[in-house]
Amino acid sequence: MQTNSPLIEALNIHHKFGDKTVLSNVSLKIHPKEIVTLIGPNGAGKSTLLKILLGLIVPSSGTTQHKKGLNIGFMPQKIQIDATLPMSVERFLLLGLKENQTVSASPKHIFKRLFSTAAYDSTGLSKIAEELNIQFLLQQPIQQVSGGEMQRILLARALIRKPELLVLDEPVQGVDIQGQAELYQYIDRIRHQYGCGILMVSHDLHVVMQHTDQVLCLNQHICCSGHPKSVSQSPAFQTLFDGKQEGIALYEHHHDNSTCEHTHGHTHADQSNKE
Amino acid sequence: MEWFPSFMLFALIGGLGLALIAAPLGVFVVWQRQSYFGATLAHSALLGVSIGLFLETNLTLTVVSVSLLIAWAIFHLGHYKQLSSDTLLGILAHSSLAFGLIIISLQENVQIDLMSYLFGDVLSITETDLFLIAMIGLLIAIFYRLHWSDLLNITLNPELAQVEGVAVKRVQLQFILLLALMIALSMKIVGVLLVTSLLIIPAAAARRLSNSPEKMLWISMLLATLSVLLGLTLSYFADLPTGPAIVLIATVFFLLLLTKKAP
Repeated sequence: MQTNSPLIEALNIHHKFGDKTVLSNVSLKIHPKEIVTLIGPNGAGKSTLLKILLGLIVPSSGTTQHKKGLNIGFMPQKIQIDATLPMSVERFLLLGLKENQTVSASPKHIFKRLFSTAAYDSTGLSKIAEELNIQFLLQQPIQQVSGGEMQRILLARALIRKPELLVLDEPVQGVDIQGQAELYQYIDRIRHQYGCGILMVSHDLHVVMQHTDQVLCLNQHICCSGHPKSVSQSPAFQTLFDGKQEGIALYEHHHDNSTCEHTHGHTHADQSNKE
Repeated sequence: MEWFPSFMLFALIGGLGLALIAAPLGVFVVWQRQSYFGATLAHSALLGVSIGLFLETNLTLTVVSVSLLIAWAIFHLGHYKQLSSDTLLGILAHSSLAFGLIIISLQENVQIDLMSYLFGDVLSITETDLFLIAMIGLLIAIFYRLHWSDLLNITLNPELAQVEGVAVKRVQLQFILLLALMIALSMKIVGVLLVTSLLIIPAAAARRLSNSPEKMLWISMLLATLSVLLGLTLSYFADLPTGPAIVLIATVFFLLLLTKKAP
């Protein structure tokens, strides 16, 4: 069992773009093996919060703390690759591997790197490619894969690093509900297999991953948070999927817009440590 | 007439050195769609010339310093999102060009041949230039050895690269400074107006023959070298201006390869 210290912790994040407040008073923690789903409407600040958590932007105020040496696997929403860059899918995946070296500028390190050929540990690649059903794509140019294939490739690239924290930015965007369920089941297996924490962003306000430990509903501040309701408990969904649908779940929001700031803005912190 | 005069030797060494340093930078300029950035740095090199003439300092070193300064300025201005980067580059390119031309025109006792800066003048290559080209070649070799996959990852997606632990800003700044150095030194050989072509044409031509980034790098170095060799020969025997002759040959390579489908 890993220690209970969080992989990532954000405290009282406020962020402004110019005069416009995009995030106010957001705090959250993600522990090892925990799945946190961040949902919210467009413009709620989900992407901004994600970038702050990843250290890509510095918040106007508040702090984020990563576990020391945290290894993050990040799956961006989409990626644009210029057609002039000749690159196979396999090469793209291998580039995601750490070259057995961390960024360091010591003379000894630079010297070593100058004369060593970068050694990739590619043993995990074929296994992950098989699990995500992308092995037939490996030799294709990366620019020629379809949108759904690209999402699996991006997920593979995040996983190949054997991350402690997996950050997925809208992983099921444009995927049908059957595909979503499959992907969610796979992600749940990953959690147990790698023991990593998972932070997932979704713009779907009602359908979330079944095994999510915590759903955070964001609209500039955290409106509410809680556990998703199992699909099996929802009669409507049960008829829709004949009761067989594993992996997805519904989330019930316990707030309304007029009161949410007062009643739920502060409750999320208490719930984050359960499970 | 001796058939191989010594100035041709300088031109040849300088030109080949330039081809070998331009191609590695050129592939990333093409992949990252930064050709306008190269053009801006080239225009600002002319500002360096006029400042050098005005202050009566060493021209090469002044051009190098001014280019580095402008590159550094562009890098930092680029993080303000008020203006799109091509607007910003356009403003910098043409304001520095205009400013340079004004400074030149103010110096009545200086007669300079603007043409030689615009289109290159291989006769003006000195040993200092050759030495500087060699130094930059060495810097680029070290930089690429250390940061080749970092550069590729930044090209793919800067945010992903940063999350994965690449020092994105530092690598980008170093790349831009090397680019500025290369452009400042290539001015004498191909001239301000044609510098960008030496960066992008061999790389674009090499795309047709490459199925991996490394292959594209090597092939573009080969094509750049051939272009310089053939261009200098053409320029010498047909008495054509050197820069345009080199670019002409490179363009012929590009057009020939255009008929081939990219793998």
